[in-house]
Amino acid sequence: MEFYLTALQLALCLAPMCMGIFITMKIFKIPDITTDGSYTLGAAVTAVLLSRQVPVFVVLPASMIMGALAGTLTGFIHTKLRIDALLAGILVMTGLYSINLIILGRSNVPLINVSTIFGSLHLLSNEGYNAFAIGLLAVILLMLLLTYVLKTDFGIAMRAAGNSETMTSALGINNDKMKILGLAIANGLTALSGYLVAQYQGFSDINMGIGIVITGLGSVLIGDALRNWFSVLAIGAQIGLVIAGSAVFQLVLALTLSAGVDPNLLKLITASFVLVIVAIPRLTKKAA
Amino acid sequence: MIVLDHIVKVFNKGKVNETTALADVSLQINKGEFVVMIGSNGSGKTTLLNIIEGAQKTSGGRVFINNNDVTGLPEHKRSKWIARVFQNPYNGTASELSVLDNFRLAALRTGSRKLTIGINGSFQETVTEKIATLGMGLENKIHLPMGGFSGGQRQALTLLMCTMDHVDILLLDEPTAALDPKSAAVVLRLTEQLIKEYSLTALFITHNLKDALQYGNRLIQMQEGKIMRDLNAAEKAKLALPDMYEWFG
Repeated sequence: MEFYLTALQLALCLAPMCMGIFITMKIFKIPDITTDGSYTLGAAVTAVLLSRQVPVFVVLPASMIMGALAGTLTGFIHTKLRIDALLAGILVMTGLYSINLIILGRSNVPLINVSTIFGSLHLLSNEGYNAFAIGLLAVILLMLLLTYVLKTDFGIAMRAAGNSETMTSALGINNDKMKILGLAIANGLTALSGYLVAQYQGFSDINMGIGIVITGLGSVLIGDALRNWFSVLAIGAQIGLVIAGSAVFQLVLALTLSAGVDPNLLKLITASFVLVIVAIPRLTKKAA
Repeated sequence: MIVLDHIVKVFNKGKVNETTALADVSLQINKGEFVVMIGSNGSGKTTLLNIIEGAQKTSGGRVFINNNDVTGLPEHKRSKWIARVFQNPYNGTASELSVLDNFRLAALRTGSRKLTIGINGSFQETVTEKIATLGMGLENKIHLPMGGFSGGQRQALTLLMCTMDHVDILLLDEPTAALDPKSAAVVLRLTEQLIKEYSLTALFITHNLKDALQYGNRLIQMQEGKIMRDLNAAEKAKLALPDMYEWFG
């Protein structure tokens, strides 16, 4: 039980990032590598501010704003300098590594004797269940908020901008602005995941973001597979399935590790797992 | 009203493959005119349209819409006057969004898109009623994604979307080129009807000479980046198909 709870807890902490990847990958069709850097950025800002006794609810917006700035930069490089989105993301991610190191001051900052979000809120008496409840509550609130935003006139315009640029510019929508805003929101959400994970695991590490984008992509793709399976159309349900995708992803990884696989192989397993998720629908389509 | 003042458009200037797409074109399209534009491939029709809508910048000359100089304005800022129907039905609508979402954006073409939910009961009713006028039986499918509809249905819906918000100018770039003859006829009849109903200024590019003869009240033939012929309603009425075939002889 404890084992599944840990996997699901991590899935909840990573769910905001998965929602961010949903925006970049499913709405804008951009594989945004900035994620690796903005995730660590969120965690780095969190660790440094928390260890200076800044309250958790001040650190929350601070880390998200930093992530959003990173996304804005990627969006700016992509739209205004006309550089491929993938390369723009790689450039910002690479630059962020140094920024994160400067913020952290060293490669690893432990969070000892600081009050974390999981220690500040008491929903349930059991410590493990309490952390889970906080994560669940945060993710549900976030899901409702994102669903609302994507249903507003602004949200419809953003979804359309990622779908048919000729249509949106004919309808008076500034596609560049939409892309920049989309990347900002996505990376703000990613930084939020960094904020949650840092507090959950009790430290921030300069290398914690390496390959995290693959985890997000995998979760979104699982969500997409579920969406096709159940032929879901509503945007809110799609976001819900992304969160479900995050849970499935973490459970599969946890099961693999518990089966006695060498933890050093974790990244290889993650990459292979995502490859399988991507390949299966394509292979079955070919067969049909 | 659209005014083009000595428009020049040169592609790849200074290179070996330099092409003059438009060579000093001046044109005035008055309010209520339904201009049909014909011309061979590469004659400059689409470039002219792109310059009016702002998809391409001019190399020289000025563009005015309703007496506003819009020469430097990007595409998305000209949408307060201009509505467009594209050659490819996929360009005029967002496939992944529902018909209702598409219509919502069309209703905000001249407005702003706020962080509030704009699709409510009365908006749905308006859209349903509007779509019912098409007589295609699409009014019960407004929650389905646009991607599931045929090219003809999408072009008809795109046309209808143009009238969801205030519109002065309608630009149509071979809107029926990708459609079967029956759907094409439906779309063109709808175009004519909407132009009359909303007294629009329209520019319609086509390769179909029969359509060029049947529709519109002014006919322009482009050739090698210049306006070769410009016929008013009376002159156009006297025209017969064989005359037009000779132009392309």
